[in-house]
Amino acid sequence: MAVETLGSAPRKTRVAPWNDPVIRGWVFQIVVVGLVGLLAWYLVSNTMENLARQKIASGFHYLEREAGFEIGDTMIEYSPASTYARAIWVGILNTLRVAVLGIILATILGTLIGIGRLSPNWLLSRICEWYVEAFRNVPLLLWLFLFYKLISEAFPGPRQAISMFWNSVFLSNRGVYFPVPTADPIHAWMGIAFLIGIAGAFFINRWAKQRQARTGQPFPILSSSLGIIIGLPLVVWLAGGAPSQMSWPELKGFNFVGGTVIQPEFTALLVGLVLYTSAFVAEIVRSGILALHKGQSEAAGALGLSRGQAMRLVLLPQALRVIVPPMTSQYLNITKNSSLAIAIGYPDLVASVNVTINQTGQAIENVLIIMAAYLSVSLSISAFMNWYNKRIALRER
Amino acid sequence: MTDMPVGERQPIAPPSDDTGILGWARKNLFSSWGNGLTTIVLIVAMVWILSGFLEWALFTANFTASTGSECRGGGACWALIREKFRYIFFGSFPYEQHWRPLFAVIAMLAMLVLSADRRMWNWRLLVIWGVGSFITFLLMFGQLHIPLSLMLFVALAGGTIGLMMRSAVADPTERSAYYALIVIGLVGLVLRIFGVLPSWSLAIAPLSYVETSLWGGLPVTLILATYGLLFAFPYGILLALGRRSNLPLVKGLCVGFIELIRGVPLISLLIMASVMLPLFLPSGTTIDKFLRAQVAVILFAGAYIAEVIRGGLQSLPKGQFEAADAMGLNYPQKTLLIILPQALRVVIPPLINTFIGFFKDTSLVLIIGIFDFLNTANQALVDPNWAGFPGEVYLFAAFVYFIFCYSMSRYSKYLEVELNKGTRR
Repeated sequence: MAVETLGSAPRKTRVAPWNDPVIRGWVFQIVVVGLVGLLAWYLVSNTMENLARQKIASGFHYLEREAGFEIGDTMIEYSPASTYARAIWVGILNTLRVAVLGIILATILGTLIGIGRLSPNWLLSRICEWYVEAFRNVPLLLWLFLFYKLISEAFPGPRQAISMFWNSVFLSNRGVYFPVPTADPIHAWMGIAFLIGIAGAFFINRWAKQRQARTGQPFPILSSSLGIIIGLPLVVWLAGGAPSQMSWPELKGFNFVGGTVIQPEFTALLVGLVLYTSAFVAEIVRSGILALHKGQSEAAGALGLSRGQAMRLVLLPQALRVIVPPMTSQYLNITKNSSLAIAIGYPDLVASVNVTINQTGQAIENVLIIMAAYLSVSLSISAFMNWYNKRIALRER
Repeated sequence: MTDMPVGERQPIAPPSDDTGILGWARKNLFSSWGNGLTTIVLIVAMVWILSGFLEWALFTANFTASTGSECRGGGACWALIREKFRYIFFGSFPYEQHWRPLFAVIAMLAMLVLSADRRMWNWRLLVIWGVGSFITFLLMFGQLHIPLSLMLFVALAGGTIGLMMRSAVADPTERSAYYALIVIGLVGLVLRIFGVLPSWSLAIAPLSYVETSLWGGLPVTLILATYGLLFAFPYGILLALGRRSNLPLVKGLCVGFIELIRGVPLISLLIMASVMLPLFLPSGTTIDKFLRAQVAVILFAGAYIAEVIRGGLQSLPKGQFEAADAMGLNYPQKTLLIILPQALRVVIPPLINTFIGFFKDTSLVLIIGIFDFLNTANQALVDPNWAGFPGEVYLFAAFVYFIFCYSMSRYSKYLEVELNKGTRR
């Protein structure tokens, strides 16, 4: 290249097209996309050919056909005469049930263990440490098998069931039986009252914060919120004539009738998921608390805050910033790991879809359903956690 | 005391109840009322649980019974493990040939332990893994048929990668060796495609052939985890680089793939591999079930490794990228010589944690009927002669998994400290 005279206005130098980064970038992208497209075309054309040869019609019409298989544990009405769509919906609900309960319980247990590991009591912190090591260094599937076999083989049959709480709760290898209130129209109204109570607590909270900012007067938020959330349904229940009819489990023939039951598969899955994940949650909570500078709690004490206030107003909000992002991925893990249910026979989404694949041969459509369902659950959890994370994030100016 | 000249002042020994075991216990176990109460409650609970467990696992346990019925009524039936441990470790591999999976496991463990030594982190790693893998698969299969086209492909790939990695530092001899490899590979492959070269394969067959459906136990778990991660590693690097790239189409493809894989459980991928992979291939081709599981594990692992490596890439200061650009390096040079060596160093500890995760997650392959370690333990329970002792078998399996995972996590912790020595103040 010729040497430009110094001081001349910078002008755009022309480069050869094969040296221009923009053109290079586009060529490279077109090649990559072309290769991926070629691979996709190859796979799709093979699949079409194979499907045509096996005479499997593609499409989702099979969902309206009769499923014809039993599901042991359902939250909604289901019988073998129901459609495949309903069977899959039962599976989705079962997955959500175990995932939501697992997330709540694992958070509580994991937080306790994580705080226990930081305890000044040497024995307690060692025990918590070994709990963490024991549970996270062994596959979850092994824990599930162990708990399931223990429940189904160590517990007696229904006729010799262990009774607890004055013959109201029975433990047997078919599950835990306990009494429930007989269905009553008032229950629906109580549910609505409960939701109104939550909304009310939210508004009280907001009003109390504004008042405190204006006047400096604190307001007993916790007790008033709990009061309105529990009190409203209670008032509705009393107004509805306080229906207290209960359905008690009773041994009739070879099994229990009445009451309700928690299936052993569900128990084993939930216990396994919670114990396994709580070990990971404990480590996250511990590192979150350790990340805080010691001066924070000392400063809170110097301001005259009580230990509870210091925890709630100063320490926890800061620790949460460290805790929330890794916690999100643990919540996603619980949801995905709940698919191990298939190994111990709990009818979750993957289990129902697997039966559907075996019966209909519609592999592609069913795998698409699994992926869509898990992706939407995962994306909703991460959207929620991202929103929460943004809310508690440090506001930098 | 104050009369004493400064130089002769002796420190007073701490009070006797502040030192030794008593002092330690006072400080760590009984520092306050609540603390002391916790300690006592915990000790009582531990004694109660441990005595019950030892009673079951040791004092009333049966180590010698020859059938399950002799075991019944007492404590733990460890005789079951004694009877079944060869099946649990090696599955249905021909019984009199069990030395083969045993030595394969030893070879793989040696490979992993040697790779853990930092002095080996150079060209020696290639030799270790090459020799180790060859021994492992020769022992497991008994016979290896290496087709000519595979050898040519390896020559081509090796030459290309060598040239890319070392073009800046290699001397002319080394460089011409890479060119020779590329030319041999390329010419050979073209000749092979046009049928000039025959479809010949190198047969190494010192032992009887054992097909993968007979493989089982620990070697299967180790192979799935180790080779799953090994093959996922380069493609995880590509995904991570793609995700960080400025090219929108490439970035979109990589983000979509990573998020799709990470959003669904491994089980759904395994089911997909077992029911959909046969549909994807031209009719008539069948793939081994073991290979299908391995492919699913590799696909899955790649997305997770990509995210770990992306963390390493993000931890590099921007100046490193800019300095490489200022030196006039092109993208492959910049990535291979400046960026990756630094980024990979940061992510070695989290990569080991990923490996621990996959070592545990390979147990899911039992869903599609592969006999990994957990599945063979499960099958040992099916024997009607020994029915009813799940606790013993699962505890034994848990113990084996624990030893592997715990030692790896210790190693990862040690490495984290070791690798940060240079930057820590």
